[in-house]
Amino acid sequence: MRTEARGVSGGERAATGAAGRLRGPRAALDRWIRRRMGRQGRTVRLDYPRIYILPSRAGVGFGALVAVMGLGSVNYGNSLGFLLTFLLVGVAFAAMLHTFRNLAGLEVAGAGCDPVFAGGVARFRARLGDRSGRDRWALAPARAGGAGPPADVPGGGSGLLTLEVPAPSRGWLRPGRFALATAFPTGLFRAWSWLDPDWACLVYPRPESGAVPGPEAFIASERGGRFGEGDEDFRGLRRYQAGDPPRHLAWRLLARGQELHTKQFAGRAPSRVWLDWAALAGMDAEARIARLTRWVLDAERAGRIYGLRLPDTEIPPDQGPGHRHRCLEALALLPA
Amino acid sequence: MTAPASSGSGAVRDSLPPRTLTALLLALAAVAAPHAARLPLWLTAAVLALGLWRAAIAWRGWPAPPRWPRLLLTAALAAGVAAAYGTLVGLDAGVALATAMGALKLLEMRRRRDTLVLIYLGYFLVITQFLYTQAIPAALYLLAGVWALTALLVAVTRETGGDRPWRHARLAAVLVAQGLPLMIILFVLFPRVPGPLWGLPDRTSAVTGLDDQLSPGAISRLSRSGAVAFRVEFRGDPPPAGKRYWRGPVFTRYDGRSWNPPRHRRGPAPAPRTRGPAVAYTVMLEPHDRRWLFALDLPAEAPPQGRLGPNLTPLAREPVRQLRRYRMRSYPDFRLQPELPAERRRRYLRLPDGAHPRARELAATWQRRSGDGAAVVRRGLAYLRANGFRYTLTPPDPGRDWVDGLLFDTRAGFCGHYAGAFAFLMRAAGVPARVVTGYLGGAMSPGGDYMIVRQSDAHAWVEVWLAGRGWVRVDPTTAVSPARAEEGLGGSVSAGEPVPMMARPERSWLKTARLRLDALDTAWNRWVLAYGPELQKRLLGRFGLGEWPRMVMALAVALAAAGGGVTAWVLVRRRPRRDAAAAAFERLERKLARAGLRRAPGEGPRDFGGRAADAFPGQREDLLAIRDAYLRLRYEGAAGAGEAARLRRRVARLRLRPTPTRRQEGDGDRAG
Repeated sequence: MRTEARGVSGGERAATGAAGRLRGPRAALDRWIRRRMGRQGRTVRLDYPRIYILPSRAGVGFGALVAVMGLGSVNYGNSLGFLLTFLLVGVAFAAMLHTFRNLAGLEVAGAGCDPVFAGGVARFRARLGDRSGRDRWALAPARAGGAGPPADVPGGGSGLLTLEVPAPSRGWLRPGRFALATAFPTGLFRAWSWLDPDWACLVYPRPESGAVPGPEAFIASERGGRFGEGDEDFRGLRRYQAGDPPRHLAWRLLARGQELHTKQFAGRAPSRVWLDWAALAGMDAEARIARLTRWVLDAERAGRIYGLRLPDTEIPPDQGPGHRHRCLEALALLPA
Repeated sequence: MTAPASSGSGAVRDSLPPRTLTALLLALAAVAAPHAARLPLWLTAAVLALGLWRAAIAWRGWPAPPRWPRLLLTAALAAGVAAAYGTLVGLDAGVALATAMGALKLLEMRRRRDTLVLIYLGYFLVITQFLYTQAIPAALYLLAGVWALTALLVAVTRETGGDRPWRHARLAAVLVAQGLPLMIILFVLFPRVPGPLWGLPDRTSAVTGLDDQLSPGAISRLSRSGAVAFRVEFRGDPPPAGKRYWRGPVFTRYDGRSWNPPRHRRGPAPAPRTRGPAVAYTVMLEPHDRRWLFALDLPAEAPPQGRLGPNLTPLAREPVRQLRRYRMRSYPDFRLQPELPAERRRRYLRLPDGAHPRARELAATWQRRSGDGAAVVRRGLAYLRANGFRYTLTPPDPGRDWVDGLLFDTRAGFCGHYAGAFAFLMRAAGVPARVVTGYLGGAMSPGGDYMIVRQSDAHAWVEVWLAGRGWVRVDPTTAVSPARAEEGLGGSVSAGEPVPMMARPERSWLKTARLRLDALDTAWNRWVLAYGPELQKRLLGRFGLGEWPRMVMALAVALAAAGGGVTAWVLVRRRPRRDAAAAAFERLERKLARAGLRRAPGEGPRDFGGRAADAFPGQREDLLAIRDAYLRLRYEGAAGAGEAARLRRRVARLRLRPTPTRRQEGDGDRAG
């Protein structure tokens, strides 16, 4: 299982090509797996040839137990001992088939992934289903450096699988090769199938941490005035409009059953600010990206109206989750 | 998506849900229960207490013991087992120790691996049970044990919640059922090697059977057991009732108290001169942990995988620890060692000095008044017949000098007493003599196809050597109680004696039932328990598979076939199940039809349901709800297995009470 992450360590945007140059048995195994996997799209159907099965560690222990029982039965010439030993062999064989069946014929379809910040963990969702109407229990993704909780697929229904993949750097993250594995029903065998589906998750840049100078230190806001202090003096209420920052909502009024209002503060309404790539001249590119990311987050949190200027892109000032996402996406996808 | 809950507190907070844990405790208790009879009482109590403690940890949040008291407890239990058994390595001590350690393991069950260890230990406890009993109930115990433990294995492997114990149990039952074909094939065809591979530990528990010496009261103790000693199938007619002497160990040395086997047992067997036809038969001997086998007097050839001892006792190479099946041939009419060298003869005359003075005196008078050995024997038997001797399972204590006490004071004894005393008298009177133990008797099964010899048939008799005739069997017990040979124990002692039920002459339904069960046991013994290397070779030889390579080939072919069958069973997709909603509605229709309301041809479910609701006003709400749920499921495509299951349950719960309006529906007259 260790081998699978070789060629697709998290930072790579595309997982192809890297393993081809490696030598040694592990690399050979890796190439063999890759050849067998073929090209995978967004939905992967786990047909028989895609499924591998081996005894688990518990299964090896069980084998040792059965071997000891067999030797004991020979030694004592004990017929019921033989019956028990052979019955356990039969049960293990049936268990192997059931474990195989638990996985075979399953369809794995990508179901999205919420963007994460670099350094976090991307959670790829996948919908599991099949046409056989069989119950499938305890299917879990396995991956070096990541995994996910096991999922069930009730007969005829569907299950939701979560694959947790570390997201070390910004950009599009592919899950890379992972295994969908199951040991159900007995844990004596582990069946798995390798998947490298064409899924992607947007990874926002990692925001700069610590005390960071605000954007006004580099460029004046269009309206001027001091930033960050304008919302101290309460001025009045107005009706809620989409995009108002949650912290300015008049929750108490709402609790009393009145309409949703937004508190207005003196020092004037959300001030506009341009977060400008060019203003950070002299810093290296990734540091600029980290700083801009932090600014986007801070500005959004402060309920300000902000725009983002990047070398090839300009996002006009606005606020709200959608705007924040557009800005962060633009930052994430900047060429390195 | 349920993330595995992990609480970091130091206690044994386990991954197992309490219900699964309870199932584990119950299954382990059930598997260990048959062992409890052999464990010391304190250990059973301790194991139970540990199990209950574990349950309390799971259900009540009791604290788990910290590390060092657990170690202390471990040491204490191990010491206790060592003290109770005097060892830690024997079979009994090993089982006791494994049980104790398993119970302790319950308290430190943290990870899945710990649980697996316990389940594997459970399988192991099942197999150790078979070293004690292999009767038919043990086979049921095997199946039930494997089923329960496998269900646990499933529950433990199901990481996404253990909320459906019965589903896991059902799946385990399927696994066991699918394992059975392979089991049978492997059992029949897997080449058997004769054991043992390593030394077997000595049995510490007593097994019923004859002893390797004859002390005066030994046989009467044995005769209180109705257990089966062996069963016999005869090739032709069985010998008549009075001739069923089954020869076992022979004793030649007397020490003043008991008769003992000869010092040198390795010599060759003398060849008897036989006359008349042989009796051929097959014996199925219950394990008795001794090397001797039993054969009808007199066995003429060595048993398979064994030999004949110098006193013509058939011997196995190893103690008989498993049911053993062997063929023998015997000659009821024989002449054994008509010439015996004087030096050998003297050996059969040796007596300890000073023992039993009054008996010696009596023997000396017999010797003086008789012309030859045969006359001495006749005198001796006449003495036993004439002087009011009694045959009893519960003789009074004859005192310190048991022979004199028996002959002159108590005059009451069992066959062991009379045989031992008579052999002494013969030697004292100058006639070479030895004691033979074995069984006398045997009853045919109700079907008449085999004979059952029980421990209650245990017997001892005497062989004397007469010049020109060789060794001759003399049974002093028949002089005291002539009925013993022909009517067995039950017919020859008085009614109040502790004769086991199966040895009593009267017929009772219980006895008949037991005999019928015995036929089942015999078939089981014959085809399952006795199936070892010899029987396998013979049976498979009939199909030309007796040799190793062919056996392996047959095994491979059979395994491939059965494995393919099971694979198809598991993997081939079955037809999709009938729509659950439709099935539920059909059931409703059947119920209504029984109650007298039938769906008219072409009548839709909506109308029919409405009509039914009108016909049974008492169940109106139920019927309408069922109809609507069915329509929703069927025609609006409402999803969810839960909805269909609710519908099914609702139909199952529905009780239609007849009401006056029913008749008016016009269909009621068709009911019944």
